[in-house]
Amino acid sequence: MPRVTFTQHIARHVPCPARDVEGRTVREALDAYFTAEPAVRGYVLDEQGVVRKHVVIFVDGHQTTDRTSLGDAVGEGSVIYVMQALSGG
Amino acid sequence: MSSRLFVATRKGLFRLDRKRSGWAIGEVSFLGDNVSMVLPDRRDGTLYAALALGHFGVKLRRSRDVGATWEEITAPAYPPLPEGAEPDKTPDGREWPQRVELLWSLEAGREDQPGQLWCGTIPGGLFRSTDHGQSWELMRSLWEHPTRKGWFGGGYDWPGIHSICVDRGGVTIGISCGGVWRSTDEGATWETRTKGMYAEYMPPERRDDPGIQDPHRVVACAAQPDALWTQHHNGLFRSTDGGKTWREVTSVRPSKFGFTMAVHPKDPETAWVVPAKKDEQRVPVDGKVVVARTRDGGETFTVLDKGLPQANAFDLTYRHGLDVDGTGNVLAFGTTTGSLWISEDGGDSWQTISNHLPPVYAVRFAEGAADA
Repeated sequence: MPRVTFTQHIARHVPCPARDVEGRTVREALDAYFTAEPAVRGYVLDEQGVVRKHVVIFVDGHQTTDRTSLGDAVGEGSVIYVMQALSGG
Repeated sequence: MSSRLFVATRKGLFRLDRKRSGWAIGEVSFLGDNVSMVLPDRRDGTLYAALALGHFGVKLRRSRDVGATWEEITAPAYPPLPEGAEPDKTPDGREWPQRVELLWSLEAGREDQPGQLWCGTIPGGLFRSTDHGQSWELMRSLWEHPTRKGWFGGGYDWPGIHSICVDRGGVTIGISCGGVWRSTDEGATWETRTKGMYAEYMPPERRDDPGIQDPHRVVACAAQPDALWTQHHNGLFRSTDGGKTWREVTSVRPSKFGFTMAVHPKDPETAWVVPAKKDEQRVPVDGKVVVARTRDGGETFTVLDKGLPQANAFDLTYRHGLDVDGTGNVLAFGTTTGSLWISEDGGDSWQTISNHLPPVYAVRFAEGAADA
C-alpha cells in the first residue's frame, strides 16, 4: 500500500500522521487519506480539489505536475510526500 | 469603556488588556501566521480569527475563552462550478477564481440572531452563517447578480468585500471595486447605493457607474445606522439616508486619500480618518502621522497629532486598522510598519503601544460580553 506523509509545517496546524492507504493514483491515495483524516484535506487542496498553489507533492522523490486531476500513478510501495513550496510563506 | 483590544497582524493575533498601569500586550495567538481579520462577538464573547496561511489556504478559528484555546471551524468556500460551466471572467479577461483567497471582513449579525455571522471574501463573495460559523452559505443573490462580473480588484488582484454594516433594517456592504450595496430582505435581493459617489480613476463615461466605485471602507453609526461614512478611493463621502444618496466631504485635512474610517457609535456627526498623501504615494503627508476628526458632520476637521510621530514616519493604516470603542472615547489604530497607538480622549492625544509589531491588518475593541 502506498504511504502518505506530510511536512511538519502542516502538522503545526492540524494533526496529519503518516498513513498507508489504498490507491493507484495520487488522487485515489489522497482521497483515501482524507477519508481517514478529513481535517487535512483543506490544507492540501482548495475547495475545487486542486492542489494549493504553494503546496507540492512528490511520489518516490519525483515532483508531480498534475495539480488538478492528480493522475500521477503510485505503486504498492510508493511514498507520497506532501510538502510546502518554498514560495508563499 | 472597552478594556480589551485585539490586533490582527501579518504574524499573529495580539490581545491587549487595559490594566491599572495602562494598555499592555498580553496573549499572542497564531504567532508567525497571517491573521487577516478578528471578530470579538459582542453578543456572547466568542472570538473568531481568520487566517490566511501562505501555503495552506484560508482558515477560520473560534475561541470561547478569549484566545486561550482555539478550535478550527469551517471556512467559507465556493461551491463547484456546475458541470460544463465556464469560469467567470473579470473585465480584463482573467478567470475569476472559484476559490476563497482571503477572509477580509467578518461581522456579527443582529442581537436577535445570535448565531448569525457575515463574512466578506476576496474574490468578492459574501457568506452568511447562522450557526456560529459551523457552516457557511454563499449569498448567491449577490454572486449571481449580473453586474458582479464587472467588479475589479482594488489593492488586491481580485475584487473583495471589506465592509459589512448590519442593522435592524438590513445589511450594507462595501466592495473594492464594486460599490456599496444594501439588502433589506435578509440577503434575498441587493441594490447599489452609490448615488453621489464618483470615480476619478475611471474614464469619464464610467465616472458615476455604481459597480466600479471603490469605497475603501464603509462604516455606520451604531445608534443611527442610516448615518454612513465612506473613505472612498478619491475622497470622503457621507450619507444620512442609509446610503441612498451620498454627499462628498471636501474639508478633510491634510489630504482626502486614505483607507480606514471610524464613526462615533452614538454621534453620527463625529468621525475619524487616517489620511495618507495620495493614491500614487501611500505614506503620511510630510512624514507626519495624524488622525483627522470631524465633530460636525464633515463641515470642519481637526488634525490630531499629539503623541504621534511628526517627522520621517511612513506608516500606512489599512482599511480595518482603526477602531473606536462603544463609548466613542477610546480609539486605536495600527499600521503597515507595525506601530500601534491608542487614545482615551477621542483622539485628542495618543499613546504609543508599540512600534515593533508585524504589519497590522485589523484592530478591534472587545465590547460587552467579551470584556468578561
